[in-house]
Amino acid sequence: MTDTLTPVLSDNWDADKPWTRASYERSGGYEALKQALGMQPDELIQLVKDSGLRGRGGAGFPTGMKWGFIPQDNPKPKYLVVNADESEPGTCKDIPLMLASPHTLLEGVIISSYAIRAHTAFIYVRGEVLHVIRRLHAAVREAYDAGHLGKDIHGSGYDLDVVVHAGAGAYICGEETALLDSLEGRRGQPRLRPPFPAVAGLYASPTVINNVESIASVPSIVRNGAAWFASMGTERSKGMTLYSLSGHVTNPGQFEAPLGITLRELLKLAGGVRDGHRLKFWTPGGSSTPILTDEHLDVPLDYEGVGKAGSMLGTKALQIFDETVCVVRATLRWTEFYKHESCGKCTPCREGTWWLVQVLARLEKGEGSPEDLDTLLDQCDNILGRSFCALADGAASPIMSSLQYFRDEYLAHLEVGGCPFDPVASTVFATAGASA
Amino acid sequence: MTLDATTYAELREIAGRYPQPRSGLLPMLHLVQSVEGRVTAEGIEACAEILELSAADVSGVATFYTMYKRRAVGDYHVGVCTNTLCAVMGGDVIFERLKEHLGIGNDETTEDGAITLEHIECNAACDYAPVMTVNWEFMDNMDPSSATQLVDDLRAGKEVRSTRGPRICTWREAERVIAGFPDDLVDEGPAAGAPSLVGLKIAREQGWKAPEGDK
Repeated sequence: MTDTLTPVLSDNWDADKPWTRASYERSGGYEALKQALGMQPDELIQLVKDSGLRGRGGAGFPTGMKWGFIPQDNPKPKYLVVNADESEPGTCKDIPLMLASPHTLLEGVIISSYAIRAHTAFIYVRGEVLHVIRRLHAAVREAYDAGHLGKDIHGSGYDLDVVVHAGAGAYICGEETALLDSLEGRRGQPRLRPPFPAVAGLYASPTVINNVESIASVPSIVRNGAAWFASMGTERSKGMTLYSLSGHVTNPGQFEAPLGITLRELLKLAGGVRDGHRLKFWTPGGSSTPILTDEHLDVPLDYEGVGKAGSMLGTKALQIFDETVCVVRATLRWTEFYKHESCGKCTPCREGTWWLVQVLARLEKGEGSPEDLDTLLDQCDNILGRSFCALADGAASPIMSSLQYFRDEYLAHLEVGGCPFDPVASTVFATAGASA
Repeated sequence: MTLDATTYAELREIAGRYPQPRSGLLPMLHLVQSVEGRVTAEGIEACAEILELSAADVSGVATFYTMYKRRAVGDYHVGVCTNTLCAVMGGDVIFERLKEHLGIGNDETTEDGAITLEHIECNAACDYAPVMTVNWEFMDNMDPSSATQLVDDLRAGKEVRSTRGPRICTWREAERVIAGFPDDLVDEGPAAGAPSLVGLKIAREQGWKAPEGDK
């Protein structure tokens, strides 16, 4: 029986200066790199396939399979790009990982690049996290000094350069093809697929793009074996992962557990919903995943379980909202976010998110009509699945799911001619008597 | 202000980090901001010249991303997260209080050039809500009174430290680091705040571990 929490990625976060190479190596760091360099690249791809690791950035695509799609007979250079543009509302796992232990990611980058036969790798980190950028730069510098990067790494004949690349503020760049355009020095706008990045990615060359947590999981798989990784989790969702609890819980934070833990178990560990309040709604994996309610406390938080409950595991960003929060206000704010972040390339998203805000803002002020609720659903229907990327699909998620579970609350705004909630009641300082 | 030879050399150095120079454009624009305090027409021309692009191409990129500013930014860019979770936890109240306290609106700068206030989107620190940033360093678990104290301290020139990072540098210095020219502050600040460690702490107390490896 596996323990309730299984810290692997977070295991050294309480060590002394874990962001330094010396500290990381004291906890076994870079041993997996030496093992990996003694293996054939294809063996590593098979190992990651056998482990069952699936992408931790939201989509859950099998990582080893992604690597296997790289056409090795293509004469162009191969690239590894790490998606460190963590921006999905609620998602806050990659930033603490890179702040505390950037070498965990970097060791994963080197092993993964070796596996796909890339000689240049990029870490695309969002620009708004200054100290994380510092720690990544320092880790890369230390890795070069130790011979973990550069020419003929540890006498293997393998060369690798890593570039830390900071973005400039655009949620859409977390979408992998928009990220590639941005990394090419362009506006971050998604590309039509096919061709997929594995065939024509960065500079139209074969490219693997993986999330930080996915790549950071690779050294532990090399060190401990595929069966070890697969011994954690559920039948089709293997391994340990970082669950991020935020919002109205007593002790919010990061919980590294095998896939399949439930919100009920996680809430117990986090000390429950804040004192004197009860769970109203939550996101399982960021704002783009349909909200769930207190009916869903026992849903296994793995790819299949959350899917069966009508949502998506996403980034395992569990945002917890208690009964003081107006679901219409929450949904409007998320919708304003999607409107702001729409890159403007596809008409249904660019125009649709604008109209969604218009209708929702009117409803939130209690000025709409009951027909507006059907108009909203009709708009969602015209946006969902009609753009190059999933941003617009994400915009529809909170609206469709909140209407599914809380239609009466929308109508209550119309009945009282405004929002029936006190916005101060939901704040962390509500009990302290502070207000604007 | 004119861009000097050192800046031109550094812009070229950035372009040289990449297999294709245009990939350097985003960090190059960050460097322009660190020198000029915003993205200037001259900075756009310089990037265009080095990358052999039109100024219109560079402008098109510069206007797409929210971190690039057309108007001069103060010494301290103060961000308040008003995405849903931070907003309901107190971000909206904090932002209103700061606008009133500083007498400025969103994306505006105080007359003394000290503070530029902006409401920001989710900055990946939700377990520390309500979250603020100063020059893109985290200021965690804020409330209206700590927020007003923070901006008062910044305006008074007092040393301010990030709750999960080092002492706060100026916005221009921060932009230089983002452009890929690190300073010497990497070892300041903790590895993690308490929420990042909450699960790990429970695991230690309970003796919970990942299984032993199979090789």
